Amino acid sequence: MELTQSKLSEASDELSLVRAAKAGNIDAFEQLVRRYDRNVFRIAQHITQNREDAEDVVQEAFLKAFQNLQNFHEQSKFYTWLVRIAVNEALMKLRRRRTGKLVSLDEDVQTEEDSVPREVADWAPNPEQLYNQAELHDILQKTIQGLPASFRTVFVLRDVEGLSTEETAEALDLSIPAVKSRLLRARLQLRNRLTKYFRRKKTQEESGDGQK
Amino acid sequence: MTCSEFLKELTDYLDGVIDARTRAELEEHLTWCHECYVVCNTTQRTIEIFKDSQLYELPDDLRGRLRSAIMSKCKSHQKTGAVPKPDAPERG
Repeated sequence: MELTQSKLSEASDELSLVRAAKAGNIDAFEQLVRRYDRNVFRIAQHITQNREDAEDVVQEAFLKAFQNLQNFHEQSKFYTWLVRIAVNEALMKLRRRRTGKLVSLDEDVQTEEDSVPREVADWAPNPEQLYNQAELHDILQKTIQGLPASFRTVFVLRDVEGLSTEETAEALDLSIPAVKSRLLRARLQLRNRLTKYFRRKKTQEESGDGQK
Repeated sequence: MTCSEFLKELTDYLDGVIDARTRAELEEHLTWCHECYVVCNTTQRTIEIFKDSQLYELPDDLRGRLRSAIMSKCKSHQKTGAVPKPDAPERG
């Protein structure tokens, strides 16, 4: 019950901030920035895979949100609306970097990695502990970089940021089946790729070298 | 239930949004299919590892710089009213 109560008060608190910001209260908008800047940065980094671009996306997304607050009609959560702006900005950055290469959320690429995982080797019991944090981050970055942008985007919103399937569909302007299909592929492809690093190996503990 | 049918339902199963009957069928499949059992567990671990990884955390100094930049742009937009809105409040 407490959780529901706190979620409710969080939502009404957010709406008060949004309304105050709409009425020109810049401090209220700054509180919204403080509340969501980390999330927007994480989403932007996952999509663009580039630190400078992610920094730009954070600035541009919040500025656009501020400029267009009057067009936010409170039919969805402010955060979902903000994510939608941020994702569009991030995809634009990606397009600019890959000139000539189409980057779209409609991208629903069938790859040979799809559907049936070829690599079904089991993992070591606590595979992330085989690596220090920097090594683990490096592995995760390499792993997610290889996914199509549309899969990365759905994965980060659903599994990293914890948006619901419905919120993700709304933020990305995709149907619910499209979100689910991309999410399944993203999860399975990431799992396949991580298996290369995390598979159970006798020699791992002995040699202390599980990376190669 | 075949392995491909199992995989099709895997996302809903992991998200806990599946009806009781399908859930029972999936769990029955898991009792005898070791490969799907491994895929199911390691996919769950994949999600947890990414979620807990703190990958792409915004460092405090950069966070401060970004926030000042954002707020200063918002303030200058507010002052100049670069994009005036019909029902936007009058300032100054």
